[in-house]
Amino acid sequence: MKSRNYAAIAAADRIFLLVVYAAAVLFVLLVAMLFVELVHGSWPSIQAFKLKFLWTSEWNPVTGQFGALPLIYGTIVSSLIAIVLAGVVGILAAAYLAEFAPLWIARPLGFIIELLAAVPSVVFGLWGLFVLAPFVRNALGPFLQKTLGFLPIFQGTISGVGMLTAGLILALMVLPTVTAISREVIVAIGSDLREASMSLGATKWETVARVVLPASRVGIFGAIVLALGRALGETIATTMVIGNRPEIATSLFAPSYTLASVIANEFSEANGAVYISALIELGLLLFIVSFIVNAMARLLLWAVLRERH
Amino acid sequence: MRKTFTFAFVALFVTIVPALAATQLTGAGSTWDYPYFSKAFYEYSKSHGDVQVNYQSIGSGGGIAQFTQRTVDFGATDVPMNAGEIKAAEASGGPVLQAPVVLGGVSVIYNVPGIASGLHLTPGVLANIFLGKIANWNDPQIVKLNAGTKLPNTPIVVVHRSDGSGTTYIFTDYLSSVSADWKSKVGTGKSVTWPAPSAIGGKGSEGLAGQVSNNPGAIGYVELAYAIQNKIPQATLQNAAGKYISDAPGGVRAAAASKPELTPTNFSIVNAKCATCYPIAGYSWVVVYQNPQDKSKAKTLQEILTWLTGGDAQKIAGSLDYVPLPENVQQIAHNTLAKMHV
Repeated sequence: MKSRNYAAIAAADRIFLLVVYAAAVLFVLLVAMLFVELVHGSWPSIQAFKLKFLWTSEWNPVTGQFGALPLIYGTIVSSLIAIVLAGVVGILAAAYLAEFAPLWIARPLGFIIELLAAVPSVVFGLWGLFVLAPFVRNALGPFLQKTLGFLPIFQGTISGVGMLTAGLILALMVLPTVTAISREVIVAIGSDLREASMSLGATKWETVARVVLPASRVGIFGAIVLALGRALGETIATTMVIGNRPEIATSLFAPSYTLASVIANEFSEANGAVYISALIELGLLLFIVSFIVNAMARLLLWAVLRERH
Repeated sequence: MRKTFTFAFVALFVTIVPALAATQLTGAGSTWDYPYFSKAFYEYSKSHGDVQVNYQSIGSGGGIAQFTQRTVDFGATDVPMNAGEIKAAEASGGPVLQAPVVLGGVSVIYNVPGIASGLHLTPGVLANIFLGKIANWNDPQIVKLNAGTKLPNTPIVVVHRSDGSGTTYIFTDYLSSVSADWKSKVGTGKSVTWPAPSAIGGKGSEGLAGQVSNNPGAIGYVELAYAIQNKIPQATLQNAAGKYISDAPGGVRAAAASKPELTPTNFSIVNAKCATCYPIAGYSWVVVYQNPQDKSKAKTLQEILTWLTGGDAQKIAGSLDYVPLPENVQQIAHNTLAKMHV
């Protein structure tokens, strides 16, 4: 047998370890550098407006007054609408796929839902502009106003684009995330829980509703938080259907604006140090919020999924 | 196997290097100029095979930034560089030259059910619509201007550009010059705060036109070329002399001719005073260093920019529904470019 050069193998192993460590550390360094660059870029704006940037409402490039409150509001509300709608539909769809669907339906259906995640954002935006916006203006909007018009959120002019349309588009975009992860989490629940429930006389539906779903609620919550992270940062699809008006309005039909949309719209033509740094500060805000939301989601999911039997 | 690979690599290298020997010029900036630049530079490369121009339409702000950092040979901007931007550029690469390169107009488009192109609007009424003071199409102020037309009882939806845009600049410049109210409340800019309560924003000319066509009762503004090419109903505007201008391209030409003393600091041609002048028109500018850093490309750069602002190239602009630069403005551009140290 040919003798092996153990010294050379050990050295090669060490080098390999170094390389993979470096790759991981490099990534962390890049993210840290991104954060540092964002702070550096937004420094003129931070100096000019300090904390009141977060609660002033005026976004006026002509006078140089910038306040992010309507943008923060628009981002949060449109994302909330998205995860409420996607959450309800997604959890039910995941429960169906995991528990009730026969295999010959579950596989292709699951595949198609996940394919929705492959549709480019700008395609969603175009569809939203040319199909969903007219639908909201001509059908959904008037219907909601007729039946629920006593609520202030459904009053006001319906122009097709606005908070509601943006929320609907975002819901469609994050639906695959919610469904896929919720399905994984539900499947990860041990069969002993289900069997115990059924052996006590519960029906399939009772088992799912009262045992399986509550047991998987931490993981499902993680899926929804991940979806929230995606919805917060969505740019192109939102900017095409949200109406682009930096104003806080009570009606869901009114146009609004998000952090990502402002940056996408105004960055290329922005001139003046304060204007550009105000836009970069919006990017910094978005970065921090998305980072925190995603980190929370990942930790939750990691805690749940590693306990799979 | 290895020999074939090496041979292929060397062969590729040998064929690419001569291609790289062709003069490569880069420019960046305004999206408004992009249709013209892309066709013009293509035509130029056909007749001057060793020159290639790569133009990135990233927006005027981006163009100025790249130009200041000297990553491109020339920049293109809808609004000439202001004093602050010029100072920054001068610190970077020395004196800056700005020449007019494209002329165009801004058209007011609308979508009113039953009304075709040609609705009459005066400056005051237009400003009031965009200020939100006139909220319905059958408002007496609009009806008075259009005696024979039956205007419906439809609310007006104001549509504007959500992205920063030279078109917005020219349009708001015009509204500021015809309405003191607009000037004090809103002002002029590539991005402004739109006062009308109904206002919604569309991204790009396509976005704005799309919102107008999807919303009955909408009114907006796009480049004249865009409105003509896409056959969108346009308003017939009244100019400063009180005349309604239906030949917009001719009116833009007249407006340009009305300001022979064009300079980068005195460049506004909105609300021009002559009888046939179209009220909303403006230039786009190309910026270049007087002492280009790369001496080997300086002569080619001067030649191509001089050609771009000359009669032959401007005919190409005309074919794309821009308005060709008038002779005297071409001369102004050529005089400016002649100052380059080549």
